[in-house]
Amino acid sequence: MKEILTVGFFIGLLSATLRMATPLILATLGETFCERAGILNLGIEGTMLFGALAAFLTTYFTGNLWLGIIAAIIAGILFGLLMGLFSVSLGLSQHVSGLGITLLATGLSLFTYRQIIGSPKVPPTIQTFKTLSIPGFSSIPILGPILFDQYILTYIAIILVPIASYVLFKTRFGLSLRAVGENPEAADAVGINVFKTRYIALMIAGGLMGFAGSFFTLAHFNMFLYGMVGGRGWVSIALVIFANWNPTKVLWGALLFGGVDALQLRLQAIGFNIPYQLFLIMPYLLTIIVLILVARNASYPGALLKPYRRE
Amino acid sequence: MRFPKFRLEKRPSPPTWLRILIPFIAIGISFLFSAIIILLAGRNPISAFYAIFYGALGTRLGFMETLVKATPLILTGIAVSLAFTAKFWNIGAEGQLYAGALAATWLGISHFSLPSPIYIFLMIVVGFIAGSLWALIPGILKARFKVDDVVTTLLMNYIMIYLVSAILEGPWRDPVTSWPQSIMIAKNAEYPKLFARSRVHFGLIVSIIAIIVVYVIIKHTKLGFKIRATGANAKAAYFLGISTIKTIILTAVISGGIAGLAGVGEIAGLHFHLTENISPGYGYSGIVIAMLGGLHPIGVMLAAFFFGIIITGAEYMSRATGVTSFIADVIQGITLLVMLAMLLLYEYRIRRVE
Amino acid sequence: MEKVLSMQGITKRFPGVLANDHINFEAYKGEIVSLLGENGAGKTTLMKILYGMYSKDEGEIYIKGKKVGINSPKDAIDNGIGMVHQHFTLVNPFSVTENVILGLPGEKATIDLEEAKNKIKEYMDRYGLHVDPDAKIWQISVGEKQRVEILKVLFRNAEIIILDEPTAVLTPQEVDELFKTLRILKEEGKTIIFISHKLYEVLEISDRIVVLRSGRVVGETTPDKSSRRDLAKMMVGKEVIEIISEEPPKLGEEIFKVENLSAMSDRGYLALKNISFTVSSGEILGVAGVAGNGQKELEDVISGVRKPVDGRVVLLGKEITGKSPKEIIEMGVGRIPEDRMEAGLILDIPLYENLVVEYFDKPPFSKGLFLSYKEIKSYAEKLVKEFDIRTPHVNVITRTLSGGNLQKVILARVISREPKFLIASQPTRGLDVGAAEYIHERLLEERAKGCAILLISEDLDEIINLSDRIMVLYEGEIMGFVNRGELPKEEIGLMMTGTRKEALSEIS
Repeated sequence: MKEILTVGFFIGLLSATLRMATPLILATLGETFCERAGILNLGIEGTMLFGALAAFLTTYFTGNLWLGIIAAIIAGILFGLLMGLFSVSLGLSQHVSGLGITLLATGLSLFTYRQIIGSPKVPPTIQTFKTLSIPGFSSIPILGPILFDQYILTYIAIILVPIASYVLFKTRFGLSLRAVGENPEAADAVGINVFKTRYIALMIAGGLMGFAGSFFTLAHFNMFLYGMVGGRGWVSIALVIFANWNPTKVLWGALLFGGVDALQLRLQAIGFNIPYQLFLIMPYLLTIIVLILVARNASYPGALLKPYRRE
Repeated sequence: MRFPKFRLEKRPSPPTWLRILIPFIAIGISFLFSAIIILLAGRNPISAFYAIFYGALGTRLGFMETLVKATPLILTGIAVSLAFTAKFWNIGAEGQLYAGALAATWLGISHFSLPSPIYIFLMIVVGFIAGSLWALIPGILKARFKVDDVVTTLLMNYIMIYLVSAILEGPWRDPVTSWPQSIMIAKNAEYPKLFARSRVHFGLIVSIIAIIVVYVIIKHTKLGFKIRATGANAKAAYFLGISTIKTIILTAVISGGIAGLAGVGEIAGLHFHLTENISPGYGYSGIVIAMLGGLHPIGVMLAAFFFGIIITGAEYMSRATGVTSFIADVIQGITLLVMLAMLLLYEYRIRRVE
Repeated sequence: MEKVLSMQGITKRFPGVLANDHINFEAYKGEIVSLLGENGAGKTTLMKILYGMYSKDEGEIYIKGKKVGINSPKDAIDNGIGMVHQHFTLVNPFSVTENVILGLPGEKATIDLEEAKNKIKEYMDRYGLHVDPDAKIWQISVGEKQRVEILKVLFRNAEIIILDEPTAVLTPQEVDELFKTLRILKEEGKTIIFISHKLYEVLEISDRIVVLRSGRVVGETTPDKSSRRDLAKMMVGKEVIEIISEEPPKLGEEIFKVENLSAMSDRGYLALKNISFTVSSGEILGVAGVAGNGQKELEDVISGVRKPVDGRVVLLGKEITGKSPKEIIEMGVGRIPEDRMEAGLILDIPLYENLVVEYFDKPPFSKGLFLSYKEIKSYAEKLVKEFDIRTPHVNVITRTLSGGNLQKVILARVISREPKFLIASQPTRGLDVGAAEYIHERLLEERAKGCAILLISEDLDEIINLSDRIMVLYEGEIMGFVNRGELPKEEIGLMMTGTRKEALSEIS
């Protein structure tokens, strides 16, 4: 118990919070984009896992980490397009389409890994990213190791937050995208191509989800494990609602959920009495509560879940 | 980028024979895609598929294992099927299964001295109740507050799985081995075996009874009519005097209970103690089975059996041909998507727009 | 004057109805031309074709003498056509400015809200369309929302501006402001096409009036050349000669009463304003009026799917205000709803189930928890025979039946219970003559048996033929009660467009 109250513990915790939050930030920003356009993409969990796999295999065979990231992003975009085919062009149930994609992407990940790598006693590893210390800043006491000694992926994720915010709220594209998600008839009436906009949103979302997956294999761990994503895709679904579809709030929400994640790991390590699972349950429980509150107001993008068909 | 313009035109009266044919077409297409994937992996798809079917049906042992796998699948399949009929999207069968398993384990490891038939009966009751309670909350949230049922039932899965994990690592941790698993349940709480030298257990009977019960409910009871009406058009059903709120909640409860029975079966019939892995996703498979089976009891039974074949056969195939057993997961995912797309083609014609 | 628009031979068919029948329509620069007609006359269809939201089956469109193909709103906008719809196409959480600039192309990827706001303010001052540019759409009034829609249209350099029933949701002051704006636009040389069924407004604002009825142009005139009477006559057609029943009603006791009823519409305004009426046994009370004047809300309240904000609904002395549909059914109200597909029937279940759906949970159709299929099916077969429902057997999925037969299913289900009170809304809409006649006959039979019937219909002929008394609804208020044969059709038409019965003699 005494170990918790040291400064070292807190620095370690906050630093880890930022790390654990990284895939959440990326995936949730992606989901925010497609939900803002009116598509609930339940394929997120599978897309992240496949992104992790694509990144791992590419880096394993080419030795290049950045190629791995590109592979993950491309894989994510492809699944985003597949989701578009089912939910936008064919107008099928977004729920079932998304679940199907998660099942498919998960199955493909497991299959591909086992088929190519087999099941050796010692799973293969790769050289991952190292954390990047920003010279000068990282020696600031307390804040230094927390903020300025992270993976480059983490820095990218954080920078993407204001970028996403800018795109959504300050560009014409963002305005059109949000209109498509709120009232596609209104968007159609002024000449916006609803289908095209939704496809683009899904590609952005998919790319970010694949990118998020790559974090697991290229930074957090150095190998591919089946349970790597561990439900964080669903946490992202929760997080989008929690953050009210707003990129800046996504950052704070991801830090909160990431912090809980980091905390429970540390508590486990020091043999804390409360079962760590209760912390893991927290995000899901919180989300259900948020869902109940939100159902009263209409904060949802107005046209979320409704396929758009022109007469 | 020029997207091709096309329009969906509703078919006036879709033929019934087409409806029955569709699941088979879907399976065929998903086999096709899977075959392509196997080819890409450098293996022979034909020998792979042959191995699947031989492994699942060609030997007595294989066939028995297929039945064992089909047992929980029938239950989750019919549970989800019932829910989907009312348009209650129960994605939480996995969590409800674990809830049932949890309750049954609690009863079983309490080692009450009860005669076997009573003990087994109580296991079933307790498991059913646990599953229904776990589905009750999302059911009420959807029926009364219009909260999205897909997301809530999904999230409840994770809550239950973590709860089970916490309990297995805590109060129920096996004192002897220290592994996160419960002690064995009472002998009297175990399901009897149905066939000698096999793992097939009484749960299969429970599954078949559940199918019959659901069939009777849907076709012959007032509740069944309300469920079908609510699912077909909730707005009209309400106008015509049906209490859609009560119907949805009841549907959720029964659906959750049946999924809970799947959990009971895995504990009382197969594993005899609770671990974190008693279900490799049976609850999710139930969704695919429900869709494939057209939400019809007979279809669900066939689809569940089919998936039992795939899962069992894939194990054999991976040993025999070097194609990993995960092809079963791939087949499952493709089948769901293809089945979904096929249903669209059943209802609509695709027309090009000039 | 320069002709800016010519629509020639426009024809559009929907399943079961010819919405536009070879219509020729022209519009000129700097004029306000009104399209006048009842619901279903084809005005909105014609304009939606012009705006690219519907595809035409036949005909051509010329803009400024050049033939154009318009396949989407974008094409229409590119051709200088703008449309302000009855149901606004605005994004609720966005601000006024964001809605106006939505979808507009520009050189930069970013949007400059300040610049847009300034330009909007210019337009606002020029045309008298005042709204707070920063206000969110959900915050502003209906009249202000309409101004935003007009601004949108002007921002896209529309030369031809279509307004679909723009005054339906405005207060009288807002109507005046709208008209001021329209006159300014006219001075600038814009062409305004004004769709309406409100006679006095059309006479006040138009330069030219084109009257449509049943998909055809039936007259073209100007305000100084025609009176409200003339226009009403054109709108509703000649006097209908044939009257089905000449029998005086065998009026009995009062069965059904509505007292001081007020109800809100879905769009947030008061759709029924303190109305009161009764229906007696053996009487058909017809509710006449152009759709959108409160009929839907009246039907909803009586059916139990909408709670009124004030007033009472009483059946045989018992309160049914605000009760659920199930309770209302059990109290003996027979409902033949306007919406057959989303209320009257559940299309994807077998026919025999639809024939008993309102009362299946009681014997003889069910016993305990179980349904008694034998009873249900034999009852269904009885109804099919009695009501001449054309179907191979009772097991077919209901969706496969034709429109007329679907309506007979609803009729059979409701009438076979011998209700004391029946509300029938648009009972013969979309049906062929034979089916319509059958429905009329059955309704008259019920009337003879002593049933009290409330008949809501947009078909004035139907109302005149069947009703013992007619109640005219306009903007949620009762314009008056007319006994059978008391007034000619065009007088009723005038009442439908805003004249109270007492004021009829003052109209020229």
